[in-house]
Amino acid sequence: MASANTSTTAEHLFWKGGVQPMKVGYGKLMMWIFLLSDTFTFSALLISYGLVRYSFPTFEGLRKNFEFSTTWWPIPERVFEAVPFLHGISAPLVFVGIMTFILIMSSVTMVLAVEAGHRRDKADVEKYMLWTILGGFAFLSSQAWEWGHFIHGTEEGLTLANGVKVFGANLVQNQYGPPAFADFFFFITGFHGTHVLSGVVLNVLIFYNTANGVYEKRGHYDMVEKVGLYWHFVDLVWVFVFTFFYLV
Amino acid sequence: MAQHSENSEKIPAQTKEIWRTFWILLGITALEFLIAFTVDADHYKWTKVGIFIILTIVKAYFIVAIFMHLGSEVKALIWTVVLPCIFVVWLVVALIVEGGYIGLERLFFN
Repeated sequence: MASANTSTTAEHLFWKGGVQPMKVGYGKLMMWIFLLSDTFTFSALLISYGLVRYSFPTFEGLRKNFEFSTTWWPIPERVFEAVPFLHGISAPLVFVGIMTFILIMSSVTMVLAVEAGHRRDKADVEKYMLWTILGGFAFLSSQAWEWGHFIHGTEEGLTLANGVKVFGANLVQNQYGPPAFADFFFFITGFHGTHVLSGVVLNVLIFYNTANGVYEKRGHYDMVEKVGLYWHFVDLVWVFVFTFFYLV
Repeated sequence: MAQHSENSEKIPAQTKEIWRTFWILLGITALEFLIAFTVDADHYKWTKVGIFIILTIVKAYFIVAIFMHLGSEVKALIWTVVLPCIFVVWLVVALIVEGGYIGLERLFFN
């Protein structure tokens, strides 16, 4: 009998129950730690953006005279002013505003799903998970459109000092400003978009399991809460990207 | 008996606080748009930037505290998450100032 206890793991390493550390389940605690590490990654990206942005000169004149140039950093609201189906109309920040609304809304439906999970209401969890998934897809499609517009650029393009015309933006050239601006745009919104995409995949999994009664059988809907944390984090990151990339 | 009544009757949804938070977030975002379009950026650029940063942190507070339920967790967990984030602020300030100096160097040596 005694040998069974001392075989591989030392006695003092066994946790013998009681209140869980920090009064949350293991999975939820680990999700928080993961999100903290993800916060650092996104902070690093946004801070590098800040560093490079302030290493470039800003446009000196009044804002109404602003022109695009590869020498100075662009004013973001001049770059992002297009809206689908409204070609040629300048509507600064309107489309990003819609995207922000979509993401906040899907965060709300997610928290409603979590709340329904607390009540163990299977039908409600399914309903709100579906809305959340829909919101995720809506956001991703909006971002795809925005990327497409940014890559193709405007009809006028930008004439460089050596007479070469540049249309749209990619990793080496950018009609809206220094190439670094486009690089950061692709990296930061791309990294965020990847997070949204994995969030949608996780949400689909949760919906699938809920519909199959997995959580009902398990007796709790904790998984909805854990994935919910991730989804809110994605929304949270967008709040910061929105401010530091589009507003400021 | 208690178990039985819990399963047969639907517990009413408690969504009041969720929707209140939604309206706050929407209101703050609308306010940001209002400021972006009405306040003269030529003269009040840094005032605008300051307001935007404060409003962003307010939004972040509501998402983390209410939607992510961090406000109702134990203090140890709250600080585990919040404290490391506070240190990030130092990095923000340090590297943005550094960026300004890199720009100056470029200006002098080009």
